[in-house]
Amino acid sequence: MNGLRNLVDKIKPTFEKGGKLGFLHSTFDAFETFLFVPNTVTKRGAHVRDCVDLKRVMIMVVIALVPAMLFGIWNTGYQHSEAFGLGWGFWNIVLYGLVKVLPLYIVSYLVGLGIEFVSAQIQGHEVNEGYLVSGMLIPLIVPVDVPLWMLAIAVAFAVIIGKEVFGGTGMNIWNPALLTRAFLFFSYPSMMSGDTVWTGGVTRFMNEGVAFQAGNGLVDGFSGATPLANATLENLSPKFMDMIIGTIPGSVGETSVIAILIGAFILLWTGVASWKIMVSSVVGGLAIGYLGYAVGATDLPGYYQLVMGGFLFGTVFMATDPVTSAQTECGKWIYGFLVGALAVTVRIWNPGYPEGMMLAILLMNTFAPLIDHYVVEGSIKRRAKKVKTA
Amino acid sequence: MSNNIYLKKGLDLPINGTAAQNTKKVVKPDVVAVKPTDFRGLVPKLLVREGDKVLAGTPVLADKMSQNILFASPVSGVVAEVVRGEKRKLLEVRIKADENQEYVDFGKKKVSEMSAEQIKEALLAAGLWPALTQRPYGIIANPETKPKAIFVSSFSTAPLAANLDYALNEELANIQTAVEALAKLTDGGVHVGIGGANESVTPFKKLQNVTFHTFEGKHPAGNVGVQIHHVSPVQKGEIVWTVSAVMLAAIGKLFNTGKYDVRRKIAVTGPKAINPAYVEGVPGIAIRDVKEFFDASENLRYVSGDVLTGTNVGAEGFIGFFDNQITILEEGDKYELFGWAKPFRTSLFSASRTYFSWLTPNKKYDMDTNLHGGPRAFVMNDLYSKVLPMDLYPVYLLKACLANDIDKMEKFGIYEVIEEDLALCEYVCPSKIYIQQIITDGIALMLKEMC
Repeated sequence: MNGLRNLVDKIKPTFEKGGKLGFLHSTFDAFETFLFVPNTVTKRGAHVRDCVDLKRVMIMVVIALVPAMLFGIWNTGYQHSEAFGLGWGFWNIVLYGLVKVLPLYIVSYLVGLGIEFVSAQIQGHEVNEGYLVSGMLIPLIVPVDVPLWMLAIAVAFAVIIGKEVFGGTGMNIWNPALLTRAFLFFSYPSMMSGDTVWTGGVTRFMNEGVAFQAGNGLVDGFSGATPLANATLENLSPKFMDMIIGTIPGSVGETSVIAILIGAFILLWTGVASWKIMVSSVVGGLAIGYLGYAVGATDLPGYYQLVMGGFLFGTVFMATDPVTSAQTECGKWIYGFLVGALAVTVRIWNPGYPEGMMLAILLMNTFAPLIDHYVVEGSIKRRAKKVKTA
Repeated sequence: MSNNIYLKKGLDLPINGTAAQNTKKVVKPDVVAVKPTDFRGLVPKLLVREGDKVLAGTPVLADKMSQNILFASPVSGVVAEVVRGEKRKLLEVRIKADENQEYVDFGKKKVSEMSAEQIKEALLAAGLWPALTQRPYGIIANPETKPKAIFVSSFSTAPLAANLDYALNEELANIQTAVEALAKLTDGGVHVGIGGANESVTPFKKLQNVTFHTFEGKHPAGNVGVQIHHVSPVQKGEIVWTVSAVMLAAIGKLFNTGKYDVRRKIAVTGPKAINPAYVEGVPGIAIRDVKEFFDASENLRYVSGDVLTGTNVGAEGFIGFFDNQITILEEGDKYELFGWAKPFRTSLFSASRTYFSWLTPNKKYDMDTNLHGGPRAFVMNDLYSKVLPMDLYPVYLLKACLANDIDKMEKFGIYEVIEEDLALCEYVCPSKIYIQQIITDGIALMLKEMC
């Protein structure tokens, strides 16, 4: 342990201003603070500080995402095995899942962190840890077959235009991970929608006739559609229980309700995410879901809306992003409710988009400052009135 | 209106080193310092020269803006040194104390027979006027103004703070005198905040001619700013005065004995204090006067005040005018391998649940001064209001200060806060933002633009 510290101290001057590799100062600093909590002491104000820092907060979100990621890896292999009638065992399934999902992670982190490091270097900042979470989220909300070069472009767009131009983590208006997905969605719609993109290997099979394991074609009756594609009670192929467990086609990490709820529990227990946003989003989704059911726009009872598609994943991991959500406690109720309500509205009444979660969250990200503005104004006015009468 | 106020928000820091309730020694001052830096925005005018003989109560400084506000020497002796900093800024007037203390005689006075003007004059002449602090801004009260009311907090919830029930137990008669004197300076009366936890035992309950307000809750429930916020918030154009209970005792003694007698019980506390206990001394005594409480060979930080709001004075420093506490803690200039990534960090406290210190609610910690991270932008937006029992939007206020936007600062409550009220926000901040400094700069801007 001391040896490591000595090594770091030895090479440190090379990376400091004026050193040979001084231009890599921020990069070195990022790795050093990753290994060691720095020896900085408080200079002004409170002499002691809580031991929590943003790295810890972010790593909690990453940990909360692990169940969804692991299930996503397994499900990628499982869906492939089902689609091609391979009858694989557990390890084959996991192996295939790793082969498909790991490259997404490598691209997401290489491109995203690369840009973060460069921009930190240019601006002379420390490297922000916000991308640890974004990079973890992005592979989980894209179809597994998305080409890696598209992902790379989308990540670059989201990090540069969505975040760095605003000043980096803490200053951005939109959730960078969702911006990545929105970029893909509008730039390459053929890779982001339809029935064939959600199952690993199917796109390639359709285009080139090549499957991962030679000899087998797609099984008869393969549909590959997510539940949202034909969202009527009659056409819904997966059972309700399948959607809870998550053995359905969909974006990598969004399918399993159980895995997402484990993550939600971690986020709520550690207090990293706001329970108000989660609760109000679910309430909003249920409300519109049942409204649609009542007026006959859909024959699915409202609670189906919660388990289909990306609703729960978005509610738990994306809508609760502390930077882009509403900042005031009252604002969080409004923001969360509208996220859930809008997402289900798009699903039920807009035939063009089977899923509305991404657009609902991005739209509410845009309006969160406005909600906060009116909440704060209202509260200040109320208080002024109270003081005057008292 | 109910006088019982329960504050849900707040945080009591579990830090080691509470002072035992006994007075270990009476500090015989050697060199003491009068520090103009204890007062916000003060431009001091030096009234003495090196080599001058002074008594306890002799003015050594005046306020250049209103020269009837005087600052007195707490001891009798000889002016030894005038310490100046950059741009010849006056930092300290050091006075070498005599063997036997002599006091200026201001004459005993009967408060009940005095007018408001006479009381003002007595306080100004004796150098006790600076004990009165004005809100907004936390500056020395302006003798020309009449405050809406005067507020006193009779308990402190700050980490390891001196127990005022113990420290001021014998001063009650003097405090009563002071309260009666100050009541003449305002139409709103003197309001005393009482701690809910010791409401039944506190001697302050025996005070007469005051309005009591009981506050229950964690730190910062004992902060007078928080109490004012809940009793009678400061609006634009309004002024209230605050005075600490410790300074009330000194004011009372001025009228009862005719002396500038600021002796007080000072709690020597902190994780690195050896057998923490109380000492008796005057403000301005040196840290080395209490050297039996620490091991000077260690790398320590010496704080005049508490760990959240105190001043780092260094081993050669002196205690501030308002302070009745010294905190000694370790400098945390050490690297910690994988610190943030360790599942358990049992020797450190976190108010957040991302660590496991919530499992050991009664544990006290040897806190040091490490920042535990690097500075970032505001990310977590809901942590701050959890430790601020005021109806304010702290992040909005701070961002208004950062943007130098006076209208917004006004709107978000700059009149109601000083640094100490947001000190806990700074403590819990995972982005390691220097929140108190932002407020200091904000208030400095307000003073510059509004006065």
